[in-house]
Amino acid sequence: MIRKSPTTSVRAGVTRRTVSAAIGAAGLLAGTAPFNVLRAQSGPLKVGVLLPRSGAQASIGQDCQRGVELAPAIFKELGLPELAIMNADTETNVEVARARAEKLINDGAQLLVGAFDSGQTTAIAQVAEQKGIPFVINIAAAPPITEQGYKFVFRNFPTAPMILSDAFANQKEVFEITGKAPKSVVFMHVNDTFGTAMKNGIGAVMPKFNMPYQILEQIAYDPTARDLTVEVAKAKATGAEALLMVSRLNDAILITRELIKQRWTPMAVLSMGPGWYEDQYLKTLAKLSDGPMSFVPWYDPNKKLSKTLEAALAKAYPGINLNTNHIYTFEALLVAADAYKRARSTDPKALADAIRTTNITDNVSTGPGIQFDAKGQNDKLKNSAIQNRGGKLVTVAPKAASNATPEMPMNPYDKRA
Amino acid sequence: MAAEIYLNVAVSGLLTGLVYGLMALGLSVIFGVVRVVNFAHGEMMTIAMYLAILLFAALGLDPLAMVVPIAAVLFALGYALQAGIINPFINRPEHSQFMLLVAIALIIVNVLLIVFGPDARNVQTSYSFDSFLIGPLIVDATKVYAGAATLLVAVALFAFFRFAPLGKAIRACADNYTGALVVGLDVKRLYALTFGIGAACVGAAGSMLVLLFDVTPALGPALTLLAFIIVITGGLGSMPGALLGGVLIGLTEAVAGLLFAPSAKSMFSFGLLVLVLLLRPQGILGKRLS
Amino acid sequence: MMRWLLEGVPRRGLALLLVLLAALIAAPWLANDYLLTVLIIILYFAYTGQAWNVMMGFAGQLSLGHAIYVGLGAYATAALYVHFGIGPWLGLPAAIAVAMACGAVIGFLAFRFGVAGVYFAILTIAFAEFARIGFDHFGWVGGSSGFFLPVANYTRNDLWNLRGNPTMFYYVMLVLTVAAFVLCHVLLKSRVGFYWQAIREDEDAARSLGINTFRYKMYAVVISAGMTAVAGVFFAFYYNNLFPEQVFHISRSIELILGPIIGGIGTLVGPIIGAFLLTGLSEIMQELLTALGFDVPGAKQVFYGICLLVVVMVLPDGVWPWLSRKLGLTERPP
Repeated sequence: MIRKSPTTSVRAGVTRRTVSAAIGAAGLLAGTAPFNVLRAQSGPLKVGVLLPRSGAQASIGQDCQRGVELAPAIFKELGLPELAIMNADTETNVEVARARAEKLINDGAQLLVGAFDSGQTTAIAQVAEQKGIPFVINIAAAPPITEQGYKFVFRNFPTAPMILSDAFANQKEVFEITGKAPKSVVFMHVNDTFGTAMKNGIGAVMPKFNMPYQILEQIAYDPTARDLTVEVAKAKATGAEALLMVSRLNDAILITRELIKQRWTPMAVLSMGPGWYEDQYLKTLAKLSDGPMSFVPWYDPNKKLSKTLEAALAKAYPGINLNTNHIYTFEALLVAADAYKRARSTDPKALADAIRTTNITDNVSTGPGIQFDAKGQNDKLKNSAIQNRGGKLVTVAPKAASNATPEMPMNPYDKRA
Repeated sequence: MAAEIYLNVAVSGLLTGLVYGLMALGLSVIFGVVRVVNFAHGEMMTIAMYLAILLFAALGLDPLAMVVPIAAVLFALGYALQAGIINPFINRPEHSQFMLLVAIALIIVNVLLIVFGPDARNVQTSYSFDSFLIGPLIVDATKVYAGAATLLVAVALFAFFRFAPLGKAIRACADNYTGALVVGLDVKRLYALTFGIGAACVGAAGSMLVLLFDVTPALGPALTLLAFIIVITGGLGSMPGALLGGVLIGLTEAVAGLLFAPSAKSMFSFGLLVLVLLLRPQGILGKRLS
Repeated sequence: MMRWLLEGVPRRGLALLLVLLAALIAAPWLANDYLLTVLIIILYFAYTGQAWNVMMGFAGQLSLGHAIYVGLGAYATAALYVHFGIGPWLGLPAAIAVAMACGAVIGFLAFRFGVAGVYFAILTIAFAEFARIGFDHFGWVGGSSGFFLPVANYTRNDLWNLRGNPTMFYYVMLVLTVAAFVLCHVLLKSRVGFYWQAIREDEDAARSLGINTFRYKMYAVVISAGMTAVAGVFFAFYYNNLFPEQVFHISRSIELILGPIIGGIGTLVGPIIGAFLLTGLSEIMQELLTALGFDVPGAKQVFYGICLLVVVMVLPDGVWPWLSRKLGLTERPP
């Protein structure tokens, strides 16, 4: 199919491109014209998946990939059309992300999915919008991405303010259920894109919720910090009862170790980001990993598709818990397949229109389902509260999407065998 | 803030700084004698750390006990690297050496990525979570052990360079290259030996550091930069200087983190570096540059 | 003027250069959008490599923190655009001024206090890292959560605000690269250029001849900084988002000096050849590995490193001097 780029201006004379285009057109017309429409809807949809498979975010990118691998079998069972996945590595680099997106589109990708990191996602979004190829974002929390007026970019993931709101709401629910609440917290956050976005949002979002605790101090730390002794010492010195956190995996482990070494068990660890629930955390710390609660985008364990996905993951990767990376990458592909089914065509504009009218209630993530507002954002997403218990994760809030009751305060570290 | 917080943090910074100092010592030896800018220093460190992790995971051997074997392996690696690849570059301009070692560093980091994957690894021994309670002080046990081991290794190294004939020969090379040649020392071999010794220091430091930090392949470049900052601050070619530099940087970062924003604590190390470069470029304990 | 410019340039070399230029001008017609993106990356590195080359190749000062100038240029114009609506061309002088000021400070601190060689290199790294952490805390330009430029539609080409499709950016980058090339050529042929070469070869001898080495080294640093800042402006408006972690990171500084070192330090064509070689090599590696089904993350970088190693060991002066001898563009020494 020859797609004329919307930006091509009138070229003078016959160039190599027009000649090859003419030959191609003739060939296509001669051979397959009557079957064109059928071919377009029965063939698999070419989906380019852009993830950071190498570089600093490699482990996360590779984790997201698991969500991609589980999709085909499950989609087949659901009667969804087939997707031809084209994998690309953004190398945790904005320039590479952009170049790869261009290459995928050049190689025939009809839809793009990606890319976990807000910076790389923004670069890809620009390419997608300019080329008119739909781009379904799996994970990226920076609000500006869906504030640009794009028509081809869709995000099925909460923005930082959304994560914050639900975090506070769920915390209040947890406090109500357990009958206890900390009177003071110290807010520690990693000084990277996500952490700072969350910190910036707190000022606007928290007052609306009338939380029972006060933030005594805000401590920001370097994402590449190898040693968090000072930060934890500072946190302990505030005398706060609980820890409010936004961290990544490595810092979560480091901080927990410091908490143990400095002999401080907070009443609760209220994490609003990754790290404290991840497999590596649970495995590395064993019994010492129990207790922290994470208020994050998650799945609803009571939904049918969630159970299917959980079972498929357990079979393919035993010992790995279903998490945000898998869920949202899976759902991005779900959006693509569902839109393809309804659009019956690989025409990008038709696909984009179909995505815009998505309404999937039989999904995995918490909330009423997948739908997009005028800006391409799924603003109906809800976030859950999960807790580490016995090396596994249980969902403790919101009540409708939970499968356990929360426990607070945390068991003191030095009393755990 | 209560005084004990400062004390706790300072002690922690000091002990960590000692181990950094050992790593920097290797660089000081290499740069001081062979005059090669080893931009793959941190990457060699990560190799040592991964070795320690492998030995612990496979055979349950405590990294502190593995200090000598790992140092030996790194010695061989350093010797081979110098004799095989780096030797022709000694008299080449700095940017050439730099490029060579950057290429080597790039290869090491990515081979480690392929072999070990991107996830952070660490060693958890039975005493990993222990801490000593000394009055109002809570001191991390692993840091104390690592610090003590560092001092032992440092003393051994000083003795070697002070009293062993080989050590004296190496120092002669550093002080006066031509003179050493005249006296009949096999300089090429001595260079390789020195690189090996520097690498051995890195190996020892690595097997200790693995108790304190987690390793990822990307840790290499950060450690290289840290090593250079310490060596320049403490004084090039001065072994006590490297340890002093390490302790200083460790302390500065710790206390700065306490007084100001922890996320900006690295700025103070850089600030210290700039000050030293401007006011006393040979470093605190270094000899005046000719 | 033209005669002076072309004096000493071998005929064959000029012909080759013009052929290359013609090919580059015609590229958007011949290449698809992906290739165009790759070409933009190549030209970007050719330009920044050329700018860095002024400091290193001409004046002999190894800067390993050059990303700081890119970042300063990028953030300056981005801030002016986002907060005050001032377009990139109007903001350009501000960007260059800021970068030059920074370069002047680094140069002054280094040269006045006799910091040279490896120490100078480490000093530049320290400054870049300082900027990185500093901007991480600089809320007015987004801090670590990033600074986003508003992106309008792409169907119109707005050269004044640098908003538009890749072809427009391609030509902007091409013009910049050609301008840098010509500027460096002019500088080299002028008195400044000769003084620089004297300083690079033997600073003490140069000083003993009465050349004010401090002043000319400062010129090199400041000009290099200013030129690099322009690349920063392009970067900001092409990628439309800035994160201190990425913009000021040491890997960026190293990235932009690989080209000139591989291509040939101190030569004019070196940075350009280097940029083509490196990016080309990188993309070819990528293709090869995908074709072989070897989807192991990190494998490409290992091959890349090995190639770098080989080039550094076999062609220590860079590829261009060797290539130009092969092409018969330079006279063989008797």
